[in-house]
Amino acid sequence: MGARYFGAAVKRLEDPKLITGRGQYLDDIAMPGVLHVAVVRSPHAHALINAIDASMAREHAGVVAVLTADDLGDMARKPMPMMAPAPMVKTPLTQSPLAHGSVHYVGEAVALVVAESRAVAEDAAAMVMVDYDPQPAMVDLAHALKDGAALANKALQSNLAGTLKGGFGDVAGVFAKAAHVFKETLSLHRGGCHAMECRGVMARPDPSGNRIDIWSSTQSPYMVRRALALCLGMDEASVRVTAPDVGGGFGPKAVVYAEDYAIPMAARHLGRPLKWVEDRGEHFVATTQQRDQLWELEVAADAQGRMLGVRGHCLHDNGAYLPYGVVLPVTSMSSFPGPYALEALEISLDVIYTNMVPNTPVRGAGRPNTCFVLERLADRVARELNLPREEVRRRSFVQSNQFPYETGMKARDGSPVSYDSGDYVQCLDLAVAKFGSDFKARQDKARAEGRYIGMGIASYVEDTGLAPYEGATIRVQPNGKVLLLTGAAAQGQGHKTVFAQIAADQLGITPQDITVEAGDTSLFPLGIGTIASRVAVTGGSSVHMAAVETRAKAIKVASQVLEAQEADLVLEGGFVKVSGTDRQVSLGQLALMLHGNFGQPLPAGIAPGLSATAFYEARQTTFANGTNLCEVEVDIETGAVKILRYVVAHDCGTLINPMLVDGQIRGGVVHGIGNALFERMIYDENGQPQTTNYGEYLLPLATEMPRIEIVHMESPSPRNPIGVKGAGEGGTIPAAACVISAIEDALSPFNVHLASHPVSPQDLVQLVDQG
Amino acid sequence: MSELDHAQTTRHIRVTVNGVQYERDVLTRTHLGDFLRQDLGLTGTHLGCEHGVCGACTIILDGQPIRSCLMLAVQADGAVIRTIEGLAQADGTLHPVQEAFWDKHGLQCGFCTPGMVTTLAAVLEADPTMDEVAIREAISGNICRCTGYETIVDAALQAASRMRGDH
Repeated sequence: MGARYFGAAVKRLEDPKLITGRGQYLDDIAMPGVLHVAVVRSPHAHALINAIDASMAREHAGVVAVLTADDLGDMARKPMPMMAPAPMVKTPLTQSPLAHGSVHYVGEAVALVVAESRAVAEDAAAMVMVDYDPQPAMVDLAHALKDGAALANKALQSNLAGTLKGGFGDVAGVFAKAAHVFKETLSLHRGGCHAMECRGVMARPDPSGNRIDIWSSTQSPYMVRRALALCLGMDEASVRVTAPDVGGGFGPKAVVYAEDYAIPMAARHLGRPLKWVEDRGEHFVATTQQRDQLWELEVAADAQGRMLGVRGHCLHDNGAYLPYGVVLPVTSMSSFPGPYALEALEISLDVIYTNMVPNTPVRGAGRPNTCFVLERLADRVARELNLPREEVRRRSFVQSNQFPYETGMKARDGSPVSYDSGDYVQCLDLAVAKFGSDFKARQDKARAEGRYIGMGIASYVEDTGLAPYEGATIRVQPNGKVLLLTGAAAQGQGHKTVFAQIAADQLGITPQDITVEAGDTSLFPLGIGTIASRVAVTGGSSVHMAAVETRAKAIKVASQVLEAQEADLVLEGGFVKVSGTDRQVSLGQLALMLHGNFGQPLPAGIAPGLSATAFYEARQTTFANGTNLCEVEVDIETGAVKILRYVVAHDCGTLINPMLVDGQIRGGVVHGIGNALFERMIYDENGQPQTTNYGEYLLPLATEMPRIEIVHMESPSPRNPIGVKGAGEGGTIPAAACVISAIEDALSPFNVHLASHPVSPQDLVQLVDQG
Repeated sequence: MSELDHAQTTRHIRVTVNGVQYERDVLTRTHLGDFLRQDLGLTGTHLGCEHGVCGACTIILDGQPIRSCLMLAVQADGAVIRTIEGLAQADGTLHPVQEAFWDKHGLQCGFCTPGMVTTLAAVLEADPTMDEVAIREAISGNICRCTGYETIVDAALQAASRMRGDH
């Protein structure tokens, strides 16, 4: 049987309801009797709470309750567990569902106002009088470890949460023998999630108090269930968490937030269904952000421009708490050495507490950071040695005959990090060929005309398909239609379509014959979450395994029904057929038979149901790679940057649906362009956020974004049954580095060197004037 | 009257939404997006920022694409409104813009989609000769975090072509 839907640009099963306004996002779900919640949030970056007076708010017409940590008891006062424990952190800090005694960032949840409407709840939230004693705020990452620096939390002796160290090889030896050593000081700036749908939580307690239904606009419904069941002391089976249609996630929606705890607690306390929907103002201050890092690095290169070693130190801002442990800085660390076959590496990374909103992965997690610093180093080597930038990369890459390639780094389980497959040089060459060879001539001509165009380049490797597992159940129903159940919910990626494509080929049906249900903990027993470009690998492989098993069962039973050899049977059009004859039995008939009838035993050796459940366990990581090239024009009078072209050569293994992979790449690149040019989350010296609306915080718009030209290379992963690698973040990871590289190239006549992003027009005009 | 007393003031309004006439008493402070979603149950119109920038809440009011978060419901008294729920024909035939969004993968999470589709339906119905530059300008007030806009533009170009009767 050849693949028919696997690999094809199948139109999405998700779309008909979404394009007609029939989606059911969290705030769209009808819930009789629901009460609405507004959250009272800290206006201070760091303060002690002396007292909370909610008497006026409680008396306001339409208010049902005002709840503080003291009203909800120990559960609400206790710090939330870290989603990924971090034993290396001496003083692990997480926030409580509602603040208790102190607050550590602007936006931290302090109290809930429950009312008959959201408007009334917001009116009353303004009447909750909190007596704060403001404390000095720590917002200056560069000085966080200096003597006299304000402490981000009274529980700390130092703002240092912990230090990560990684590396390999004889670093001193490599740097001593290197023909060239160059030093760079680099920095990256934070941005937000900005899913178009903000977060939201709804909870409906059972009147008996023994069960609770929770809806959360989350990437991780199973993590919410786990957290709530443990916190509330309930069986997991009694806590049902559903991720309905979710309007984008991009990482921050994978966190189990204070509101995920506090809203269900309050619903149980009041015995009423409650709903809280984050508004955009709250999103700017209460949803996690990412990317603030300060780096000092050195690169060693040989006389031919091959990078031999990198050493460096990073200050990593993790904000006020570590909700995700140190997963975020670990992804920065573990993304070294990127695509480069370094002989030696030595990186240390100080994880710092500040009084800003906690940091957790935003699309790419720490990988865009590491890509940015490595690519800046590669560009530096090229400039110093007067080599084409692509040539430094070709010479420094892991070469195609080195796979599987052990980088020298250790994975989290202590095993060696090993790149599985690919050809990084060929992938780069595909990008270069697509870009064309006339750029230098055009650049010279443009400069002669007083126009400044530049070419940027960035390459990357991305670990995808993060452990431990996802799973799927496939069940053929008596009507011949197939139910596919999985824990791996989507936030726009199109999981239903790709899972149906994978299963359809095995079962000889169409994707339209398959109903995929995902993200409802009552429908599938276990799941992890949609993060880290992992679901095509883990979810996709488990769907494949369950479909293969279901197919084998259909063939086994059909061989008895049709009195034929299993080898002669094929699955086609919803039937199992004896090849070359007109004898057949439908999948529906087989399912009906295996559902069983009163008093009639099933065929010997056959378990009930035409169904199978499989879990794919990701015991080895797969690594996607790619190279981006772009062309920009910089107006040296205004500093305006226009992206003229953007080319992506991308290898994420075998493609399940190229249209959807392209969609992931395009959206990811544009997110990275936003990080390079637009997105600026400014806090003042007191930790007050200054950019809390879309007039002040700019997102990429249609008028500024280029077309993204994509070339695919497919190096199947040998580490999963369908050969796939993740594609969710490969667009974002190199994009900011690529744009910055292009701007620097455009402004090379002015000797402009870019060491950070985002860059503003004002920055560029100033740099040109200095040049 | 205090500010909070004003919060209780209601007015009686009549609107026609997707061909259906509604009469409702509405709090004067309720914006049109909340009115459509909460009072009429038309939850296809999404609220993304409620400060008039993201465009997710765009509806077509008296033929013009407008942000329903920037208008009070009482200001819509007497208006004829089309929302995402009213773009397809009664028999389910999709509007050319909806059809093109499906064909061209013009949506991922789908949250900005109602605003994108209504914006494009309004402007392309007025002028189906729009080119890519004009289309990008037309949706410059609609933010999409998922797609990078390219497939939305491609969908709009396909819809424009179909609405011109090119094929």
